[in-house]
Amino acid sequence: MTVKQSPYSAAYRFRKQGRVVLKYLLMLLLAVFFMFPIVFMLISSFKTNELQVVSDMSSLRAFLPVGELGLDNYRSVFKLEFGRLMFNSVFVMLLTVILGLFINSLIAYALARLKFRGKEILLGVIVALIIIPFEAVAIPLLVLVNKLPWFGGATSWLDSYHVQIIPFIADAFSIFLFYQFFLNIPRELEEAALVDGASLFQIFRNIVLPISRPIFATVAILQALACWNRFMWPLMVTRGVDVRPLTVGIQTFFGQDPRLWGDLMAFASMITVPVLIVFLLFQKWFVQSVASTGIKG
Amino acid sequence: MSEQKIKTKPTKYQRKEETMAWLFSAPALILLIVFLVVPFVMAIGLSFTDQRLIPNPNLPTKIVGLRNYIRLLDNEAFLRGLLNNFYFVAVVVPIQTSMALGLAILINQEIRGMNFFRTVYFAPVVTAMTVVAIVWTFLYNPGEGLINAFLQAITFGKIGPYDWLLNTKLVFPAIMLLSIWQGVGFQMVIYLAGLQEIPLPLYEAAQIDGANKWQQFLNVTLPQLRNTTVFVVLSTTILAFKLFDQVQVMTSGGPQNASMTTMVHVVQTGWSELKVGSASAMSIVFFLIVLGVSLIQRKIMNNR
Repeated sequence: MTVKQSPYSAAYRFRKQGRVVLKYLLMLLLAVFFMFPIVFMLISSFKTNELQVVSDMSSLRAFLPVGELGLDNYRSVFKLEFGRLMFNSVFVMLLTVILGLFINSLIAYALARLKFRGKEILLGVIVALIIIPFEAVAIPLLVLVNKLPWFGGATSWLDSYHVQIIPFIADAFSIFLFYQFFLNIPRELEEAALVDGASLFQIFRNIVLPISRPIFATVAILQALACWNRFMWPLMVTRGVDVRPLTVGIQTFFGQDPRLWGDLMAFASMITVPVLIVFLLFQKWFVQSVASTGIKG
Repeated sequence: MSEQKIKTKPTKYQRKEETMAWLFSAPALILLIVFLVVPFVMAIGLSFTDQRLIPNPNLPTKIVGLRNYIRLLDNEAFLRGLLNNFYFVAVVVPIQTSMALGLAILINQEIRGMNFFRTVYFAPVVTAMTVVAIVWTFLYNPGEGLINAFLQAITFGKIGPYDWLLNTKLVFPAIMLLSIWQGVGFQMVIYLAGLQEIPLPLYEAAQIDGANKWQQFLNVTLPQLRNTTVFVVLSTTILAFKLFDQVQVMTSGGPQNASMTTMVHVVQTGWSELKVGSASAMSIVFFLIVLGVSLIQRKIMNNR
C-alpha cells in the first residue's frame, strides 16, 4: 500500500479511476436514499386510483408514473380549503419574518454600536435567553394568550393570526446573529455620516442596512423555514380552518378515516414543492444561513 | 468658555444616544419579556399549583407544593418519554453526527456534478417535518408498504413484513430513521463550513510527513473540527429532547407509550387534559435538561 507508484503507470491510473467510480456510486446511492421519499410522494400524488396507489408500493412501480394518472387528487385537496390554509401559512410567515427582521436588527444595532448604560447586562440577558427553548414555555404561554385582550373587545388570542405571529417576532438568536455581523462592520462610514449630521435612524437605514444584506437574508431564511414548519404551537392555538396553517391542516386531514393516500400525497406535494423551488433558486443563501447557525459560542 | 462648550456637547449627544439605544431596543425587549420571560416565570409558578387551562369555578386553584414534581416520579408516560429522549440521543446523535461528517467530506470534493449531490442531500431539510412524517407513515405501511417490500426483496423474503408503527419495539427506531433522513443535511452543511475553514497548509505539512488520507483525517481534520463537533453533537442532543412533530403526527406516543417523548406528553397533559400545573412541572424538568446540555456546550467551547 505504501509503495508509491508512478502517476503515469497504467495500474495507478486504473486504480484512481476505480476510486472515482466507487465514489460516484456511493454518492448516487446516498442520493437515492435522500430522494426516494420525495419522488415517491410526487409520483403517487398523480395516481388517481386509490387502490393502485397502495398496490404499486410493493414494486418499483411506486416510483413510476404508470396506471391511471391525473390531477384528481389535487382537485380534492383544493376542496379541503387548501387555498385558505396556504394563505394562512404565507401570511403568518411574511408578517413574522418582516417584523422580526426590523425589530431584531434594531436592538442588535444598539447593542453593537451605541453607548448606553445597562448595555452589558442587556447583552447578557439576550445571550441567556437563547438557551430557553420555546417548548419549555409553550404551556404557560398558552395560559397567557388565552387571557390576553385584543382590539375590538376580544378577551383571548386563541384562533387568530396574531397569536401565531407576535410571540415569534422577537428572537434572541436572530438578535445575536445580527449583533455579531454589526460588530464586524467598519465604523468609518457611520462616523462620516454622523459628522454630516445624519440621525442614528438615518445611519441605520441608509448605511448599515445596505451593507448588511447577507445577514438579513440569513436571518430571513432561518425564520421563514422555522415559521413554515411550525406545528406544535398552531396545533394548540387554532381550532378551525380559518387561521390554521398548512402543517396543522394536513395533520387534521391525515387523522380522518379513511386515509386517502393519493390525496394526502397531493397535499404533501403542494406544501413541499413551493419551498423546494425557492430553495433551488436561493440555494447558496440557504446553505449559508444554516452554516451560520454553527458559528455561535 | 469654548472649553466648556466642547465638554457639554458630547454629554448632550451621549444622552441622545442613550435614549435612541433604548428606543431601538424596546420593541424586541418588550416582546421577549412578555412572550418568553413572563411565560418562563409562569412555568415555575404554575408548576407548584394545580391550575387548569380552563379553571373550574367550583375548584379554585391551590398551591400544592412539590406534588406535581413528586408525581412525575411515578408517571409512567412521562418517564417513558424521558427515557425515549435519552434513547433517541444515544442512537441518533452518534449516527447522525458521523453521517453528517461523512457527507460533508464527500460533498467538499471538487468533482463534476457535486452541486447536484449537495442539493439532493440537503433537500429533506427544507421539507416540513409534518409532511415527512405523513410520507414515511405511508412508506411504513404494514403489509405491502414500500419499506417492507424493500426489506423482503433484499433478504429474499426472510425479513418482514412488519407493522412498523404498531410494533412497540420497532416504532421508535422507525421514527429515528426518518428523523435522521430529515435532519442530517443540516449538520452536513455545518460540518462543510467547518471543513472549509481548515487551513490547507496543515494538510500539505501532513503529506510531507508521509501521512496517508486516513492519518490526515485523524490528525488534521478531526482535531480541527473539534468545536464544530461539540456544537453539532450538543445541538442535536437538544433537538432530540424537543422531539415532537413526527411523533405527534405518526403515533401520538403510542402504541402503549412505546414512542412517547417528553414534549408529546407535555402537550397531552397541558393541552389535551388541560392540566397546566402538572405540564408546567414537566416543562421545568425539560428546561433543566436543555440548560444542562447548553452549559456543557458553552463550557467546552470556551475552554479552547
